[in-house]
Amino acid sequence: MSTTNGISTPPVTPSAAEGKVDFSSDQEVRWCPGCGDYSILKQVQTLLEQSGKKKEEVVFISGIGCSSRFPYYLDTYGLHSIHGRAPALVSGLRSVRPDLSVWMITGDGDALSIGGNHIIHLLRRNLDVNVLLFNNEIYGLTKGQYSPTSPEGAVTRSTPMGSTDHPFNPLALVKGADATFIARSMDRDPKHMREVLARADAHRGTSLVEIYQNCNVFNDGAFEVFTEKASKAGHTIFVEHGKPLVFANGTRGIKLNGMTPVVVDTYAGGTSLEDLWIHDERDSFKASILVRLFDDPRQEGAMPRPFGVFYVNDRATHESKLSAQVALAKERKGPGDLDALLKGEHTWTIG
Amino acid sequence: METPVKTKTVEQRQNVVILFAGDSGDGIQLTGAQFTDTNALFGNDVSTFPNFPAEIRAPQGTLAGVSGYQLHFGSVEIFTPGDQCDVLVVMNAAALKANLNKLKKGGTIIANTDGFDKKNLRLAGFIDEVDPLTDGSLANFHLHSVDVTKLTRTALEGTTLGMKEKDRCKNMFVLGFINWMYSRENALTEGFLRKKFSKKPDVLDANLKALIAGYNYGETSETFTTRFEVKAAPMPKGTYRSITGNQGTALGLIAGAQKAKLDLFYGSYPITPASDILHELSRHKNFGVLTFQAEDEIAAIGSAIGASYGGALGVTASSGPGIALKTEAMGLAFMLEIPLVIVNVQRGGPSTGLPTRTEQADLWQAVHGRNGEAPIPVIAASTPIDCFDMAFEAVQIALEHMTPVILLTDGYIANGSEPWRFPAAKDLPEIKPNFIPSVTSGSAETKPFLPYQRDERGVRPWALPGQAGLQHRIGGIEKQDKTGNISYDPANHELMVRLRAEKVAKIADRYKPIRLDSGPEQGELLIVGWGSTYGAIRTAALQLQGEGQSVAHVHIRHLFPFNKGLGPLLKKYKKVLVPEMNSGQMRQLLRAEFLVDAQGLNKIQGMPFTSEVIRAAALNLLKQ
Repeated sequence: MSTTNGISTPPVTPSAAEGKVDFSSDQEVRWCPGCGDYSILKQVQTLLEQSGKKKEEVVFISGIGCSSRFPYYLDTYGLHSIHGRAPALVSGLRSVRPDLSVWMITGDGDALSIGGNHIIHLLRRNLDVNVLLFNNEIYGLTKGQYSPTSPEGAVTRSTPMGSTDHPFNPLALVKGADATFIARSMDRDPKHMREVLARADAHRGTSLVEIYQNCNVFNDGAFEVFTEKASKAGHTIFVEHGKPLVFANGTRGIKLNGMTPVVVDTYAGGTSLEDLWIHDERDSFKASILVRLFDDPRQEGAMPRPFGVFYVNDRATHESKLSAQVALAKERKGPGDLDALLKGEHTWTIG
Repeated sequence: METPVKTKTVEQRQNVVILFAGDSGDGIQLTGAQFTDTNALFGNDVSTFPNFPAEIRAPQGTLAGVSGYQLHFGSVEIFTPGDQCDVLVVMNAAALKANLNKLKKGGTIIANTDGFDKKNLRLAGFIDEVDPLTDGSLANFHLHSVDVTKLTRTALEGTTLGMKEKDRCKNMFVLGFINWMYSRENALTEGFLRKKFSKKPDVLDANLKALIAGYNYGETSETFTTRFEVKAAPMPKGTYRSITGNQGTALGLIAGAQKAKLDLFYGSYPITPASDILHELSRHKNFGVLTFQAEDEIAAIGSAIGASYGGALGVTASSGPGIALKTEAMGLAFMLEIPLVIVNVQRGGPSTGLPTRTEQADLWQAVHGRNGEAPIPVIAASTPIDCFDMAFEAVQIALEHMTPVILLTDGYIANGSEPWRFPAAKDLPEIKPNFIPSVTSGSAETKPFLPYQRDERGVRPWALPGQAGLQHRIGGIEKQDKTGNISYDPANHELMVRLRAEKVAKIADRYKPIRLDSGPEQGELLIVGWGSTYGAIRTAALQLQGEGQSVAHVHIRHLFPFNKGLGPLLKKYKKVLVPEMNSGQMRQLLRAEFLVDAQGLNKIQGMPFTSEVIRAAALNLLKQ
């Protein structure tokens, strides 16, 4: 209870008093019923609530697309920008405000097609931003055209005879751009997603999390082989730092034959766990191989698709280097003296 | 000291236009800048026009590779770099060929004969390699042929430098000679060289020797019997410096940020002729200036919008093609109603156009060039000094009215320089961003924050991330009045379009009353200019007034929205003439807005107007 000018004011809101802050905004969520975005929104809200962050220190910036409506549904600061340009906006924001928690919400079209140039530069500069890339392998908001991650041959409204484009392997692209935090998760595994998001949030630098997200209207079931119980075990591999790469309920694993990953059996008489590929998220070379585990799951003998934190690197952030230069300039030259600046180096006097 | 061979006479001149020209590797820009500084320091008024090729090192000896630096200095007020030259200094045949048409009849040519050998003549396109220095074709001029290369080499005999390095000192020989010719001292340049080459004593020594040799050559040579003197101009008392337009823009931006107590974030992508703003700003990080060389023009403005959203002064600059790329993001900044300064250092267009030449053809792009109804205030600088004032005003408008602002300059004033009696920091007004206090948890009532609640000027509050209780969402989608939430309501859209336009229109309320630059309050002809045509129009207008003509000159600083006094002013003259370096973009805006029968004078050659062309057009219109 506080008193200002003798007027007594109500106590802080009950939810805050309990230490739990509700991060949902007053806006009605307008994604299609059944959209994978709901699950991601829920996990992000939960993570923020558990993180102890203040609402006002969190900023969400998005581009354009279904996923980019995300900022409206959180009671934080939010900016819904223009198609593909969110990386530019977060770069400017983060450069001047290293005190904030900055999140960028983007999709496969927004980040990898129209914003492809920006995302790679954000990653190489390494500004401390959490990037959530919702990949549904389709353009949803424009009603069903193929995206840069749609598989070759995808029949969509703009490709009735099948797509002739070779798709991006998003995480290989991200690795090529020297990202310092690379991870993959899926909308249908909330617990895993929450863990990965927490890791991403803790990382100092650009954290890129690709989230497989089902668009049940235009591309339903694109990832069902990875998400459905019947096929999940045999087609996914959940990597953990320091642990061997095993899947299919522990019966199979991946071994590195030189630079080549191969699937092996791990039961009695098979390859022992010590001989399997032990995941090391600090190993850049191994991460480059891991992101290449990208077989089409419909093909016979396809390698399982990895999920989890692939790679972490503690390279300095761009904003820390920028502010260090400003601090050094102030140390060397003193804080800016406007009169000295206007005067310049050479003057002459008349009269 | 040797005794002069002959007594030299000294003639007085009121003003002189000199053009240095040579290969882009001849050090022409440096020579011109040094002579400019020397004259400015002496007390002349000066105006310069550097003119260089787009290629960094175009093939030596060719017309494409000619670099020029024109300087107009005088004992009177100077407004332009001069229509025609009194003196043309050429280092080779191509430089003569490219610039002879700029020399007055009876003007002086100082030619480096070594640059007129057969190879240079052929490269410059002199038919049959006929040497113009010897064939009599320059009989209408005062021609002085000087073997600068040989004289420089002789002066540097005994120095340790190689021949190539010796030849690089040619420009200092020329400068020393010109200093002699115009009764100036070498002192300023000597000081400059000492600083520049402090770590290369042999190069310093050679340059100083060449400079002195050039001066002494004037003193002792029998061919030069006359020196000239241009007395100091009656400049207002005070302390001066030299400033280019791009420097002025950069300093105006920093001054604005300082007066608003904000950091300055400059997002930019290199482009001619705007890059010097980036170079200048990046030197002043101790003022809280953050420069960000983005991956492209879109990211440049996008990062500046992000920085403004975070509470810094976001600025981006470019030239025509780059501005085209920024267009969509300008719409976003307009829709967000966030402060942002966009500088367009115009160059010849369309497309890549003429990167190193000047034009005013991006006016419509600035005023109209966005999708939807997105009026953005547009202001223009008229001289290098004015770049400072207008950049400062751009910051004021952006921060105090929560809007992107476009500042138009152009290559002519961006690279040109003039003496600047710079202001004191305390005399610049404070700038007050439209901040709003945070809402603390103990507040009496917790009303939802309305990010688009406007004040009487139509301006919304600037709530920054990190401020408690003010969380809100904004975006490029049409928003509901006051709340900023997404709204597709038809009536709301029309309301918002009108509210945003009204806010921008009300910016005109802050302008000072419109003022004639010169001439009678009413009369026969009003010449209306904007931007870098200022000096040429002013010169022409003063001359016409001196000749008894009823001619006035007004120069428009605020291109959108217009000054409220402009319409009534236009009606006070029988005729209106609008000289522009485009096909008539301002003329059409004036006609559309004020129903005035404005006539155009249009030059689209990538080169500035001469005052004589404007004077002639005005006289012609007066006769009709």
